[in-house]
Amino acid sequence: MPLLEVNNLEVCFGLRSGAVKALRDVSFTLERGERLGVVGESGAGKSVLGFSIINLLSRPGHISAGNVNFEGKDLASLAPEELRSIRGNRISMIFQDPMMTLNPVLTIGVQMVECLQAHRQISTSDAKRIALKRLQQVQIPSAEKRLDQYPHELSGGMRQRIVIAIGLLLDPDIIIADEPTTALDVTIQAEIMDLMLNLCEQNNVALILITHDLGVVSQVTQRMLVMYAGRIIEQGPTKEIINDAQHPYTQGLMNALPQMAIPGQKLNQIKGTMPPLQNIPTGCSFNPRCEYVMDICTKKLPPFTQSGNCLVACHMVADSQHGPQQEKLRSEEV
Amino acid sequence: MADSTQQMEQQPTTLQRFKASHFWHSFRIDRVAQLSFIVFLIYALLAIFASVIAPFDPYDASQIDIMNSEIPPSWEEGGEEGFLLGTDAQGRDMLSTILYGTRVSLMIGLCAVALQALLGIVIGLTAGYIGGRVDSLLMRIADIQLSFSTLMVAIIVLAVFQATFGTELYQQLAMIMLILVIGIAEWPQYARTIRASVLAEKKKEYVDAARVMGFGRLRIMFRHILPNTLSPILVISTVQIANAIISEASLSFLGLGMPVSQPSLGSLISSGFEYIFSGAWWITVIPGVVLVVLVLVMNLLGDWMRDVLNPKLYKG
Repeated sequence: MPLLEVNNLEVCFGLRSGAVKALRDVSFTLERGERLGVVGESGAGKSVLGFSIINLLSRPGHISAGNVNFEGKDLASLAPEELRSIRGNRISMIFQDPMMTLNPVLTIGVQMVECLQAHRQISTSDAKRIALKRLQQVQIPSAEKRLDQYPHELSGGMRQRIVIAIGLLLDPDIIIADEPTTALDVTIQAEIMDLMLNLCEQNNVALILITHDLGVVSQVTQRMLVMYAGRIIEQGPTKEIINDAQHPYTQGLMNALPQMAIPGQKLNQIKGTMPPLQNIPTGCSFNPRCEYVMDICTKKLPPFTQSGNCLVACHMVADSQHGPQQEKLRSEEV
Repeated sequence: MADSTQQMEQQPTTLQRFKASHFWHSFRIDRVAQLSFIVFLIYALLAIFASVIAPFDPYDASQIDIMNSEIPPSWEEGGEEGFLLGTDAQGRDMLSTILYGTRVSLMIGLCAVALQALLGIVIGLTAGYIGGRVDSLLMRIADIQLSFSTLMVAIIVLAVFQATFGTELYQQLAMIMLILVIGIAEWPQYARTIRASVLAEKKKEYVDAARVMGFGRLRIMFRHILPNTLSPILVISTVQIANAIISEASLSFLGLGMPVSQPSLGSLISSGFEYIFSGAWWITVIPGVVLVVLVLVMNLLGDWMRDVLNPKLYKG
């Protein structure tokens, strides 16, 4: 049984102008200790996915179809009490901006001890000892001192280390990191990502890394999902996708990397913008921007096609494999 | 590593931190704030140690001699050494009565504001954090409450109480009644202010982070959001204490407040009012000045605190 299983998840935001689907038919699995990257443009539904996993969508968002199974239990069916004992304890989350995620009026120590005591029956001095150990694990200099400091006394990099330490405090099974390094400068970014990678490997923690930095994804994750307009369009082993992207959108993303540009020329870009979620084109949602658009793309939603170890939602990929796949299906029927 | 710049510095103590803060700095350069604070401190000390400082006990009938009535202050003609600020119509020493009266006034002011704050914080926090229908309902109740003037509510409640249960019981319970009435009449001030800051605070990421950590609603409300709304609470508190003292004085002046046997500043002013044209001005004027100075000082402190704690006025 996979650690986390997301099945046909659909998230709706009920707005005055009508319901907007922020996620459509999202399915994936996560094994224990596995590191999964989620990439896509702004507004593709990456963060909504993160929040819907722990069932903390803020109003008017709600899960309208599908389910999230954690160790075989459907999280939506759990009582609020049970759900709270999973949040932070089994599944924790790290946010983008460390300036904002720490409470400005409480010391680091108080916040860490509180997290521990909210989920475990331990004394304050024991909790402090664990907090200190975690701070040392995230390589914070003079950790004892930090416990008595307030967030504003620390630098951005140090705050993000503390946020990571808090995320790891209760030995969770899954960490959902929502663009954990976006607010930091580039040198600190690398340090923090290395740190997260090491900690996840050491503690056998599964990581869901939400980002739009393909470099980070290729460095850290084993598998990745590419999202576009609320749907997964390609998923598979990170190496395969990075080296040989199948979906035209993923190819576009790879081409848009500065490394892919010819010196002196403009950077490559995918023409157009992502459609607003209220107004997604029929068929493949990428069709208005796709270079290889075909007739069928504007009419029929592309199904997932197996290509190597990847799943790709594109008619073009499906067409090129049409023959063998049909045969395979037939042979299964027999 | 860039993170370790502060590594060698000694951890500052709370006192050192306070001394380095913007709050302390702006206090040190503001003469008005210093003066107000000192005066308020004197008031507080006089009120706390009234029974030690006062030469007489105005609540003790055996110390009062009616023959001593209406003696002017000692510097006036006909004044006596023993009665520094003169005596009132019943022969009580004005100095002692004012000291005890200040204690009563401050006590009612502080307790009433504590009650207001308690109600206002709980209601404002609930309305702001939970939102939706609960918010609408609580805020409409607050609007209705605010549409009655405090004094009107107080006069009706206190008069009805006096008429129903008799003056004797009322005099025993006067202080508690005043605290309850003033406390309950003014809670919407707090509730509204706190609701507004909670609405701003709850959108911040640390609240999301707390929810993600699996904390309960109550814990997030009282432990995470409330401390972040403390500065507006502090500011309105100073203004509200001044208001509560004035309300109490007004009610006492109207005869609905503290009884003459346990006078507050308001009832002292009121009790001397009949004698003001017969020349015994001190019975009204001296407690009046004491009251005005107390309220002024509270308001100045509140003004100063609002300036300091308002980040929009922060000049660095």
